[in-house]
Amino acid sequence: MKKNDHAIAYWKENIRYVLILLTIWFLVSYGAGILFKDALNHIRLGGFKLGFWFAQQGSMYVFVVLIFVYVRLMNKLDKKYGYDK
Amino acid sequence: MISNVILFDAISVQNWTYILVGLTFALYIGIAIWSRAGSTKDFYVAGGGVSPLANGMATAADWMSAASFISMAGIISFAGYDGAVYLMGWTGGYVLLALLLAPYLRKFGKFTVPDFIGDRYYSKTARIVAVFCALLVSFTYVAGQMRGVGIVFSRFLEVDINTGVIIGMLIVLFYAVLGGMKGITYTQVAQYCVLIFAFMVPAIFISIQMTGNPIPQFGFGGKLSDGTGTYLLDKLDGLSTALGFSEYTEGSKSMMDVFAITLALMVGTAGLPHVIVRFFTVKRVRDARKSAGIALLLIVILYSTAPAVAVFARTNMIETVSNKRYDAVPKWFKKWETTGLIEFTDKNNDGTIQYVADASQNELTVDRDIMVLANPEIANLPNWVIALVAAGGLAAALSTAAGLLLVISASISHDLIKKIIKPSISEKGELVAARLSAVGAVCVAGYFGINPPGFVAAVVALAFGLAAASFFPAIILGIFYKRMNKEGAIAGMVVGITAMLLYMVKYKLGWFDDTLPDKSEWWFGISPEGFGTIAMLLNFVVSIVIMKFTPQPPENVQEIVERIRIPSGAGEAVGH
Repeated sequence: MKKNDHAIAYWKENIRYVLILLTIWFLVSYGAGILFKDALNHIRLGGFKLGFWFAQQGSMYVFVVLIFVYVRLMNKLDKKYGYDK
Repeated sequence: MISNVILFDAISVQNWTYILVGLTFALYIGIAIWSRAGSTKDFYVAGGGVSPLANGMATAADWMSAASFISMAGIISFAGYDGAVYLMGWTGGYVLLALLLAPYLRKFGKFTVPDFIGDRYYSKTARIVAVFCALLVSFTYVAGQMRGVGIVFSRFLEVDINTGVIIGMLIVLFYAVLGGMKGITYTQVAQYCVLIFAFMVPAIFISIQMTGNPIPQFGFGGKLSDGTGTYLLDKLDGLSTALGFSEYTEGSKSMMDVFAITLALMVGTAGLPHVIVRFFTVKRVRDARKSAGIALLLIVILYSTAPAVAVFARTNMIETVSNKRYDAVPKWFKKWETTGLIEFTDKNNDGTIQYVADASQNELTVDRDIMVLANPEIANLPNWVIALVAAGGLAAALSTAAGLLLVISASISHDLIKKIIKPSISEKGELVAARLSAVGAVCVAGYFGINPPGFVAAVVALAFGLAAASFFPAIILGIFYKRMNKEGAIAGMVVGITAMLLYMVKYKLGWFDDTLPDKSEWWFGISPEGFGTIAMLLNFVVSIVIMKFTPQPPENVQEIVERIRIPSGAGEAVGH
């Protein structure tokens, strides 16, 4: 039973990371790139309107960062729970 | 100017193309001979020991098809802001893959997606439904790839499209049949290098020409290098509105449709069997996560450059042809006119090209593919760069075709023959069956490439909707919802894929009515491309409702779920 609790705790922490990262995933693409694009377009980033930039550039950069953050978090979590062998 | 360039270039475009295409093909064949498959494990998952970097590169090449390489920048240059659905849709899916699917499917550790569905839902019916979905998705997709190979050959080497398809078939046949996943993986690594180099070189040259910035991603948000101090995007917005188009940075699709298409493409990406199966090839769970990150990084290099190329090419094109005398157009215009990719009809007989949004006055039709294919010529780049684009386009088309063919052959030899029809088949027999299925799949794909049914082009984009509507919910629920049972999953997949097929047939192909129904009849204003989102939600709802009224999955299946959630421990070994 104790082994099972261990696995459940690991799973809960994993789910928490996933939910936080997917919230950011949603906000940069569907939020900044689509739903709030028009409002953000009033702000300029050099020659880019900000909403347009998120839709065609920024969201993709954030996606890459999100995966590597998850890789790091999970490698640490695996170690913490001894699942790294 | 152009004639000067040709004079100083000792080798013609044609010969450069033969040299570069020949060299890359020799490389692919060499790799195939070096990495022959000796077992079914080699054939299906490259032995299961591919490094995260190699898998990331192979996944990127697998993923980026002829459409990404040749058509995407062109589509964006005509769609403006709306092109973002492809950019976000085809990259955001990797976040879902890395966080929700790849690590668990790797831990599960079998060979195919129907393997997972069949075992997790303890049912032959579930496995057969999954095989059907995998074949449907992969065949719609691969037919477009073989056609792409034919088109690249015909445009650059002046052979017939059908001859091009056959040459492509022979090459893919050679390395897919000989090497299976092992051969495909290492050729895809080489193909990634070829295609990314071929895409970036012209983009960097043109960015320097137009904006003085060697990084296209910054260049297209920068100022023009003509000394006027105008931002490139402002200039393009101005040019577009002056000709009656909507502002480039605004787009014309409804917000609802943009949202739905982006989501359908993201979820579809995460549900495509030829992408998922790549994560079965790495050694450990942590490698699966890491290689998803590397794959996306390598994909984003091309995907973040494409919208820059789109802006450069569109601005260049409008400036070169709009309101210019037809008898004074540059050479590339005449050359591509003979291929039918660009057409001029002088409606008002003034000898000048009117390129405007109003269809009754517009005199120029431009195929979107020209934005990548002719870009190096429009920008006066050297011959070897023009030839490089041909080699890159072929690398993109061949790598995707090979990945899809492997899914098709594994579905037949492993999921149908080994798991359902003849479980007693020997390892050797299964390997022979896998090779024969690959041969069969290449022939069918080639047939569709040579005789494309009219609807193939229309439905390739919908392969994502089909994947979103079938696999994605079944896999997600299988991992994150222990209580999900076979009744729920099967009903969900059947309802999801049926809804997607019906909507596609009605609103994309118009088979139910005399004419294609108008946009105003779309449900919630969502196009067929975006309907995968609705069909996916339908799948989730049906699965959960049916599950509530049917028995729990057996104890041992619930244990499978607990086991795949933990990265280490028993079950690490692949195989039977």
